[in-house]
Amino acid sequence: MGMTMTQKILAAHAGLDEVKAGQLIRADLDMVLGNDITSPVAIREFENTGFEEVFDKSKISLVMDHFTPNKDIKAAEQCVQCRSFARRFDIDNFYDVGSMGIEHALLPEKGLVAAGECIIGADSHTCTYGALGAFSTGVGSTDMAAGMATGKAWFKVPEAIRFNLTGKLQKNVGGKDVILHIIGMIGVDGALYKSMEFMGDGVKNLPMDDRLCIANMAIEAGAKNGIFIVDAETENYMKGRVHRPYKIYSPDDDAVYCQTIDIDLSAIKPTVAFPHLPENTRTIDEVGDVPIHQVVIGSCTNGRLSDMAIAADILRGKKIHKDVRAIIIPATQEVYKECIKRGYLEIFIDAGCVVSTPTCGPCLGGHMGILAAGERCVATTNRNFVGRMGHVDSEVYLAGPAIAAASAVAGKISI
Amino acid sequence: MKQAKGKVHKYGDNVDTDVIIPARYLNIADKKELAAHCMEDIDPVFIGKVKEGDVIVAGYNFGCGSSREHAPMVIKESGIACVIAKTFARIFYRNSINIGLAILECEEASERIEAGDEVSINFDTGEIANITKGETYQAQPFPDFIKKIIAKGGLLNSIKQN
Repeated sequence: MGMTMTQKILAAHAGLDEVKAGQLIRADLDMVLGNDITSPVAIREFENTGFEEVFDKSKISLVMDHFTPNKDIKAAEQCVQCRSFARRFDIDNFYDVGSMGIEHALLPEKGLVAAGECIIGADSHTCTYGALGAFSTGVGSTDMAAGMATGKAWFKVPEAIRFNLTGKLQKNVGGKDVILHIIGMIGVDGALYKSMEFMGDGVKNLPMDDRLCIANMAIEAGAKNGIFIVDAETENYMKGRVHRPYKIYSPDDDAVYCQTIDIDLSAIKPTVAFPHLPENTRTIDEVGDVPIHQVVIGSCTNGRLSDMAIAADILRGKKIHKDVRAIIIPATQEVYKECIKRGYLEIFIDAGCVVSTPTCGPCLGGHMGILAAGERCVATTNRNFVGRMGHVDSEVYLAGPAIAAASAVAGKISI
Repeated sequence: MKQAKGKVHKYGDNVDTDVIIPARYLNIADKKELAAHCMEDIDPVFIGKVKEGDVIVAGYNFGCGSSREHAPMVIKESGIACVIAKTFARIFYRNSINIGLAILECEEASERIEAGDEVSINFDTGEIANITKGETYQAQPFPDFIKKIIAKGGLLNSIKQN
């Protein structure tokens, strides 16, 4: 019986010729990731269990991105704990303030993740790297501790939903609109325990930043992972970044999918997810009059260079609405530098935006843009749960950078 | 695994990890201090009324969202002996197994059990007894692989013993 891409990668990493959906396996890991919130718990468990070594210091990444630059004393202490662990084991990929970026923008950019690899991260959006044709999934801190010690993790081989993409996106429509459209269609548990596998002629029309954005939000449909077929775009992206051999897996022709969903990219409209679930989607023409108080453009979903470019195009020569605070957060130092070179920072600041150093900050209600009761925010982030960005009576509307930037100018959700 | 016999705290579908333990508290390392905020954004009175051995019953996709292990950790620390739901979000599911929080999937129990009902659970058989209503429901038992992890006291202990 044929296997999906995910199943082939898992089989290879478990040393098996074949795996079937539902099978429990132990797989070798190519990368184990943690951040400043999840790593301290993992480090405590690692030390309490009495592990003395890490499996491979080049295959662990610790990224200080959530509550950094340290938002308070407790956050500072968590970073101290990560820093001393990284020094004790001479971890190669320790990213502190100054070199860090938002983890899921940073790891692909640095070439630390590649096609065909098997990756876990103690962060739910670790599924982002499926954009490169890797198996990549979010886990908890205990799995991270076990992964750092043994280089292995247990998995239940998932069933797959095939997304057959055709056509080409229209202007002002991006990866965020595609994934919100899909989550609106299948629901926040529509892919529970399953892999979402993206293929079809339309894939070639999606630049890597859009694929990273789509794979990033696979978890918001409950999926174990999202994964894209590997093509010239993938290989171009990895060229100059990935300096080790990698393997390209393709799905078998007779691979079994529990469901196939056809997506015509050309039919997708700019889309917004209303509070308080990513599945509460409306196309821009159905939104109505929604006045807003804040806009956040950034995050592991939409803080990449192409997102900054879209925002800059819309904000060039414009002014932010007087009732709106606009916070722009390039996701990595590289993205930040390129924004400076291209003049985007000047455009943002002249428009009345604030531009922050890379951080997850407001996305999870950490710092750098917390909402008061009754406030509404349009954010290019990935979650709009109750209290996600601040007070339980605040509201987050999820959208891509085009809607977010246009809304900042209009003072209400618009494009 | 804890003996589960107690009162039910009932919630709906898609209870996310942000309402189980809001991110603003994730800079707290001490488990007891963290647990004081368990369920705060969905049920501010939960922590004042929960008792050792109590049970949470919820609908579909319990624990969706962030991978934070703090979520099952604070539920366990609060005294909850078991979470019963129609389905669990997958990271919450594996985190619960890895840290030894008992969880059971059972549609019927989720439908029938009401807030305040007294229930007891037999973890060997997966049988859930609703003492208040005089009913029993059968949950899916864990696969053997997972039973072994739980029997050895969680993932890290099971690795260490091997």
